Amino acid sequence: MMTSEKITFYIDEIECTATQGQSILEAADENGVYIPRLCHQPDLLPGGSCRVCTVSANGRNQAACTTPVANDMIIENGSEEILDLRRAVIEMLFIEGNHYCPMCERSGNCELQAIAYRLKILAPRFPFMFPSRKLDATHPGIFIDGNRCIQCGRCVRAAQQIDKKPILGFIGRGGAVRIKASSTEGLKGVDISPDDACVKACPVGAIIVKDTAYRKPIGERMFDKQPIGSEIEARRTS
Amino acid sequence: MAKPRIATTSLAGCFGCHMSVLDIDERILKLAELVDFDKSPINDIKRFSADCAVGLIEGGCCNDENVEILRAFRKRCKVLVAVGECALMGGLPAMRNGVPLKECLREAYLDGPSVVDGLIPADAELPLLLDQVYPCNEVVKIDYYLPGCPPSADLIWEALVALLTGNDADLPYELIKYD
Amino acid sequence: MTAMDTKTLAGEIKAIANTEDNRRTRLINVVRKVQLSYGHVSQEMVGMIAEALGIERVEVEGVVSFYHFLSGKPVGRFPVYLNTSAVSEMMGMSEVADAFEKAAGIRFGETSGDGLFSLQYTSCIGMNDQEPAALVGGVPFTSLTAERATEIITALKSGNTPAELVEKYGYGDGNNANELVRSMVNNNLRKRGDILFGERENGAAIRKAVAMTPDEVITEVKTSKLRGRGGAGFPTGMKWDFCRRAESEKHFVFCNADEGEPGTFTNRVMLTEIPDLVFEGMTVAGYAIGSHKGILYLREEYIYLLEYLEDVLEKRRQAGLLGKAVAGRKGFDFDIRIQPGAGAYICGEESALINSSEGKRGEPRDRPPFPVVSGYMGHPTLVNNVETLAAAARVIEQGGEWFASYGSGESSGTKLLSISGDCQKPGVYELPMGMTVRVALQVVGAQDAAAVQVGGPSGTFIGEEHFDRKICYDDLGTGGAMMVFGPRRDILETVLNFARFFEDESCGWCVPCRVGTGLMHAKIKKIMAGNGTRTDLEEMESWGRSIAAASRCGLGQSAANPELTTLANFRKVYEERIKEDEYLTGFDLERAVEDACEATGRTAIHE
Repeated sequence: MMTSEKITFYIDEIECTATQGQSILEAADENGVYIPRLCHQPDLLPGGSCRVCTVSANGRNQAACTTPVANDMIIENGSEEILDLRRAVIEMLFIEGNHYCPMCERSGNCELQAIAYRLKILAPRFPFMFPSRKLDATHPGIFIDGNRCIQCGRCVRAAQQIDKKPILGFIGRGGAVRIKASSTEGLKGVDISPDDACVKACPVGAIIVKDTAYRKPIGERMFDKQPIGSEIEARRTS
Repeated sequence: MAKPRIATTSLAGCFGCHMSVLDIDERILKLAELVDFDKSPINDIKRFSADCAVGLIEGGCCNDENVEILRAFRKRCKVLVAVGECALMGGLPAMRNGVPLKECLREAYLDGPSVVDGLIPADAELPLLLDQVYPCNEVVKIDYYLPGCPPSADLIWEALVALLTGNDADLPYELIKYD
Repeated sequence: MTAMDTKTLAGEIKAIANTEDNRRTRLINVVRKVQLSYGHVSQEMVGMIAEALGIERVEVEGVVSFYHFLSGKPVGRFPVYLNTSAVSEMMGMSEVADAFEKAAGIRFGETSGDGLFSLQYTSCIGMNDQEPAALVGGVPFTSLTAERATEIITALKSGNTPAELVEKYGYGDGNNANELVRSMVNNNLRKRGDILFGERENGAAIRKAVAMTPDEVITEVKTSKLRGRGGAGFPTGMKWDFCRRAESEKHFVFCNADEGEPGTFTNRVMLTEIPDLVFEGMTVAGYAIGSHKGILYLREEYIYLLEYLEDVLEKRRQAGLLGKAVAGRKGFDFDIRIQPGAGAYICGEESALINSSEGKRGEPRDRPPFPVVSGYMGHPTLVNNVETLAAAARVIEQGGEWFASYGSGESSGTKLLSISGDCQKPGVYELPMGMTVRVALQVVGAQDAAAVQVGGPSGTFIGEEHFDRKICYDDLGTGGAMMVFGPRRDILETVLNFARFFEDESCGWCVPCRVGTGLMHAKIKKIMAGNGTRTDLEEMESWGRSIAAASRCGLGQSAANPELTTLANFRKVYEERIKEDEYLTGFDLERAVEDACEATGRTAIHE
């Protein structure tokens, strides 16, 4: 396979270059164009599940994280239609779980919340579902709060691909899909530590390391002042 | 020309959003120039004296009294604004939504570790609790939403000015926060 | 069931895993066998299976909790799975359900105290021409009535087996009476066309194929203009070509017999009556793409055909049509195995079907890479529909031009339609591609039809003004389903049924489908409860479009079709149901305080 071949593509009329074989999302990142994403993490294989990175590529809606970029591809990333689609998906995540931002340890550093801020969502258009979700607090140092889990699977993939121990997995189908530790005893029963990639992979407040919360005051947290994706966009202006 | 009237209320909320309204500091003088306050805890007026242009709702609905007040606001106010996380999605009180009401009551008044001679309050004067806490828009139509816990004074100010002047609100990134 | 000590159980589970060579990729098979032996797959058994296969227990639990016919809690010795398809509802499902509940003394979702019965609802089991239908102890019982349901439960209680009951009720037509099938299912094959049901000789297509080069075989398929019969209509020759060109040491042929689209039952009839033709198509495809292994993915609902199909395969081996040097062609070794499913509509999606066949949760994969490049175990994999493969065999036997002389334009050949609902002769019809809905309605005796659903829930709902539209790829595509609704049917009841179906069957992987199907279901319920407004209709359209635009696979992309196509074609039905209010939430204060009144002994007084 020719992997070093350079190709040209366009995102919202910005001319970009990429290497053959890259995904739209990777290529956009390198060109300093931020495409919002939740289930994607650069050091993991793409999951394609959150659909937040949906773009219009040559007129077809595609997840930017799983679609290879192609020469002369024309990509819409900032059209009102695409932005509304992303808002809808983010709003679905908010109403599907129990996201009480005011009392969440991850508030201010949460990617779900940050993308909602960036997209200027004031309130979801959908009715809240108030599901009954479980909390796994069996482990002395880490807990999983199902109320806040968005089923992005970053922890599952990180456990498999980086930590090399598939201790987390998906169970259930449809609206009942959940993340679960591979033990009858819950998290306590698996080999997991706060330094594991699977713990750090959580973009929301679902996997929390105990005794680490609220260290940074409001105003100094990751997304208090700077929108998510600013660091990627900085590559373009610099 | 008569000034537009504003009414406010706190349903299943903590009055934090009302504190945030007061946090607009000296701009409250300008607000007083722009509007007259009708029914509101800010001036302690208990009953509507006239139809209002804007109603600000803090808190969701956790009991039948909340529902009745919210319905009255919908009747008397041209525009209803849900102010804060509780009005928007139930907020902290809605954390009970995953637990059946009877179980909540049992735990709080009968089986809880600190309960002595437990009894579920049943006085006719007390509002009846709803089976769960409802966001305001599940009870009546809400026209605008201001997120935050509480929404910052600046957000409330910007939104109110926009509403009263008929202009689009300018909401910079720092103003939209859910906590 | 008596309590069994852990050691014995572990030994038995180990033995079961052994029958599948302790292969992780055969997890579905292992779990199915455990389910059949013990009526469930308990947490304890999950651990034992994980140990035997050398995998994490969450992988086993992930699979058990994904498929309908696998269960963590004990089901009855005779589990009853009653079909909830729209046509089943139309034909009296609820009376049958009531009778089952009364006779078994339990509610749906429960297992009886004596462990004899459990009652569950399930999505379409492919019997829409003989509804209401249910699987009882794995055996299909069709054309149920309340009396029949009661009788079945009573007889099973008194020691009869499902097989004895079926014998008493009489076997169905055609090969349903075959000693290896012995089923009361009827084929209702009412129109045999030249292509699928024409005169043929076993092995003719294979012998012809192996006398050609693989490229010539593919060219012939391209000449026929045959396109995928599952509904999407991808050109078959091109798909074969892509797969052949993908370099790898192994290639695989899959026959997709997971027809889960409610209202579709053509595979059932083909596998009962012309399995040889289907296997012949797989073999020809195997030769064309350079494959040595074919896999028939058979949905759990049709598992009653397994023994019979295995026998057909064995006979083909004996006839030299499978195995080493097929049809005498040196170097062309090809065999077929049957992979049972475990109940999941999504597994009809080709990449989900491949995942399932690898022993995983039936979630679709991201594409690209497409299965023809990287599919089963990472190898190039051709997945074709049952009907496509059968048609391909005929193409090779009779020539591409012969095939293309049937049908119209870009839609060549015939299409097998499974027609059900309000018509005199529900069943399976092989009709030329391009025929109008109106003609099809005449053929089945449904002249008074008010609405027709073409393609199942993911397809299109049309009214009388559209009956001159054609059934073909350029107009109304269908994998076979056509449901007829008489003038007195409530279209919204069917929309509600379909909305629930999609919510039940969403795999849950991607957000728009997982959440959106639930939102659409709630919306239609709100409208039917009398709380709908114009805003709700607008939201339903806008939300539906978003779900379609953002979902990952065909399920989500078509999950809002019931609402979208009925809002387009039957808007009046909705408008009669909504209220001209600006806003209605459906909030019911009296109901919301019921719990509090009960807990406090108070009565609510509201104005």
